Amino acid sequence: MSDARAHTVRLELTDEPGELLNALAPIADNGGNLLSIYHERGNLTPRGRIPVEVDLECAPERFPGIVEALRDAGINVIQAGEERYAEEVSVVLVGPLIETDLSDTLRWFEECANLSVLDFSLSAPEDDRPSARLRLAAQANGVSEALKRVRELAAEKGLLVIEPQLEREVEA
Amino acid sequence: MRLAVVGAGAVGRSVLELAAEYGHSVVAIADSESATVDPDGLDPATVLARKDDEGRVGSADPAEALDAAYDALVEATPTTLGDAEPGFSHAVAALERDRHVVLANKGPVAERYSDLRAAERASAGEVRFEATVGGAIPAISTIEDFGPDHITAARGVLNGTANFILTRMAAEGLDYEHVLAEAQDLGVAEADPSFDVQGTDAALKCVIMANVLSGNGEFTLADAEVEGIEGVPGSALELAAEDGRTVRLIGEATREGVRVGPRLIPEHGTLAVSGTRNIVQIETTHAGRLNLSGRGAGGPETATAVLSDVGRLG
Repeated sequence: MSDARAHTVRLELTDEPGELLNALAPIADNGGNLLSIYHERGNLTPRGRIPVEVDLECAPERFPGIVEALRDAGINVIQAGEERYAEEVSVVLVGPLIETDLSDTLRWFEECANLSVLDFSLSAPEDDRPSARLRLAAQANGVSEALKRVRELAAEKGLLVIEPQLEREVEA
Repeated sequence: MRLAVVGAGAVGRSVLELAAEYGHSVVAIADSESATVDPDGLDPATVLARKDDEGRVGSADPAEALDAAYDALVEATPTTLGDAEPGFSHAVAALERDRHVVLANKGPVAERYSDLRAAERASAGEVRFEATVGGAIPAISTIEDFGPDHITAARGVLNGTANFILTRMAAEGLDYEHVLAEAQDLGVAEADPSFDVQGTDAALKCVIMANVLSGNGEFTLADAEVEGIEGVPGSALELAAEDGRTVRLIGEATREGVRVGPRLIPEHGTLAVSGTRNIVQIETTHAGRLNLSGRGAGGPETATAVLSDVGRLG
């Protein structure tokens, strides 16, 4: 697990050559790693500029510096925020998964505000209890909370949870 | 130092055999039915031969070992839960005589820590219990050396039987029942393995560490959140392996409490010790993480921890 988190910044660029490169340089120069760039050339902001959405990854303490560098470079930053942890967590659930309505379980995860299911794998051998592995994405500071909610669901459905042993320090 | 040993199982026997190598003598040993006392020091071979032949260490009453002229009592009777008797009373009897106590028995430290510390305060003797957590691994003395205030958590793989079963299940794709039977044949698992596979043994060790971390001995087994490995099917281990992970029974102690349960860990990570090996991970406030790995059980291994404690006594 890395400390890096994904952030999204929305920028407004004037429609001039070199302006996009101008906007990306302060990110890279300040320790940001570009993940994706969505350049909405067909749309114009109310001020007649081109909106650009940039996803980037960086250590939390570097992000304010990146935003400042963008502003120093004369880029109009419309929105800058931490959208989610760039962190995933796997859990294994064991027990009556099918009898207790698997799709209901998956829906439960999808409806959790700070969680989304990235990957799901089920093993239901005839001679043993079924197990499912879920890879979850949790939002900022949400891993402990996510695991707590997984435990609640498991208690309700009579499932055993095999939690990940978190690498970080144990929380109080 | 002159030692009296109560309990003549694997640990008590090994203490008797190894004491001289560490510069100590054993002046008394007791099993549940008998005792033998010699102020000049016992001959290990003679005592153990008698134990093997007659099933008892001597002809004296077991209480005579507690009354003998020793400097430290080694309590190595089997761990019991609840009131932790008779181990607790043995420890108190020695403290009342102003003698030191070295415990290999987890019961008094896990179940009656504050009572034990109270008896220690009223005594000129000192209580030590390195051997109760992770056999030869110096977990307790490391926590003490760093100071409990500089440690946020201690966790690890603390039960060899459960670890052996999970390791074999993952490596061979075998089911729980099959591997348990194999472990019993090999002598790794007891005929009644519930103490190990239900997580009780690992929980007691974590309760002891939590008591040392918190200082005031608030915790007993009843405060621990415990899940064993009986419910872990082979399919769970296969799914974990697809993701580069494996499952271990991990116990975790903090000042806030104790949790024990099967956990997903990286397949080649530090916690993924195999077979009967144990590991204790200590999270320090200023020095990062310490990993102490080694043999977590066995007569000579546990006796080594007992004799290290004897060496630390004033």
